[in-house]
Amino acid sequence: MKDKFTIKDLNFWYGEKQALKNISLVAKDRKVTALIGPSGCGKTTFLRCLNRMHDLYPGNRYKGEILLDGRNILDKGLDLIKLRSKVGMVFQKPTPFPMSIYENIAFGLKLMGVKSKSEISGRVEKALKDSALWEEIKNRLNEPALSLSGGQQQRLCIARAVAVEPEVILMDEPCSALDPVATAKIEDLMTVLKQSYTVIIVTHNMQQAARVSEFTGFFMLGEVVEFDTTERIFTAPSNKLTEDYITGRFG
Amino acid sequence: MTREAYHRAIKELEGDLEQMAAMADTAIKGAMEALVARDIERSRQIVRNDIEVNRKRFEIEEKCIRLIATQQPMAVDLRILAAVINIITDLERIGDHAEGIAKISVSIGNEPLVKPLVDMPKMAAKATSMLERCMKAFIERDIETARNICNEDDEVDAYYDKIYSELVHLMIEKPTLIKEATYLIWAAHNIERIADRVTNIAERVVYMVTGKMEEMNVSKY
Repeated sequence: MKDKFTIKDLNFWYGEKQALKNISLVAKDRKVTALIGPSGCGKTTFLRCLNRMHDLYPGNRYKGEILLDGRNILDKGLDLIKLRSKVGMVFQKPTPFPMSIYENIAFGLKLMGVKSKSEISGRVEKALKDSALWEEIKNRLNEPALSLSGGQQQRLCIARAVAVEPEVILMDEPCSALDPVATAKIEDLMTVLKQSYTVIIVTHNMQQAARVSEFTGFFMLGEVVEFDTTERIFTAPSNKLTEDYITGRFG
Repeated sequence: MTREAYHRAIKELEGDLEQMAAMADTAIKGAMEALVARDIERSRQIVRNDIEVNRKRFEIEEKCIRLIATQQPMAVDLRILAAVINIITDLERIGDHAEGIAKISVSIGNEPLVKPLVDMPKMAAKATSMLERCMKAFIERDIETARNICNEDDEVDAYYDKIYSELVHLMIEKPTLIKEATYLIWAAHNIERIADRVTNIAERVVYMVTGKMEEMNVSKY
């Protein structure tokens, strides 16, 4: 199992406020890594470090190393556009663009400079198939994306992320706005996606972390309390805090 | 269908259970054959092999616990795992009974059997047939077959009564044979217990399908 992301002693500050303290963990290539923990523990902050989303706002500061395939993405002069095309992101609420289903996916490809119409069509179809959405919407490609159900919109967002052929997909609570059936579909999709991509998911729903991931990190107060295989975390965690959290004794 | 990965894991688990049942089944048949043929080395091998059945039981139990912890099964999915955890305990004990027969064979050693074994192999064949059909009923969720198998335990009990009675008469006639005859009673008792364990498995099959706990046949012994 190759290491995709290796994080070493990562600290992060929102202005003066330190949100992450000495985070060290490894996300394995083509596996699902889940991050769990109570609200405000830093898991989303951490996720957003991985494609440097925090750089969109002033005053934020990183210290430490985030190695992607051995290269530190915190290095000065790193091309953030390239980084974000390699490390895609799916958000809590589906965020389709107010345009057609087809254009939602073609948009990113055009932005990347793909010009050939046949290539765009092929990649749109592939992305929709990879996201388990194609069969449901193949006859409605020109309809507005906003006409889709919430679960379909979220899979469209995954398709949009997948279309630009990233290496890592970050998911920030991708199912919290979805019903159980749509959630199950996204969870099934994750097991397919991990064959081609490294997936890192933040979830409030620890049962979801247990179901979909191979590795789980438990965060609290900006620190990683425990990071281990999901099986170990949910059957015999080594830290009492982790045990108390996953058994509902606090949090 | 959603939750495909989970349902694949359940199928795999059922495959493991079938494998464990086949191991126990082979052990009973081998133990009986070795007892009849007076093949001590084979009996010793069966005693050694029991560790594999025990290992398989732990492997399956760990898989069940992992699935409960990570997949939060509900309703029928939960009942399958609850049934499997119970069934492996019975299969493990069935393996112990086969080992018990093999140990008796080793204890008898080079002494000749006090009587030719006629009914005991039939009794063992009945018990293994019950086990094999019960496992098929588990896989096929066939509660009718599971219920019928429980009734067949009476036939195994009848064999035991007959064997026991014959051996007791033999002991009364020839008290010098008490030790050897007692060995054979123990062997028959092991088979009788195997059939009881099979009825437990059948009860779990019914529970898994219907959600109801039923005692389906109370053994005489």
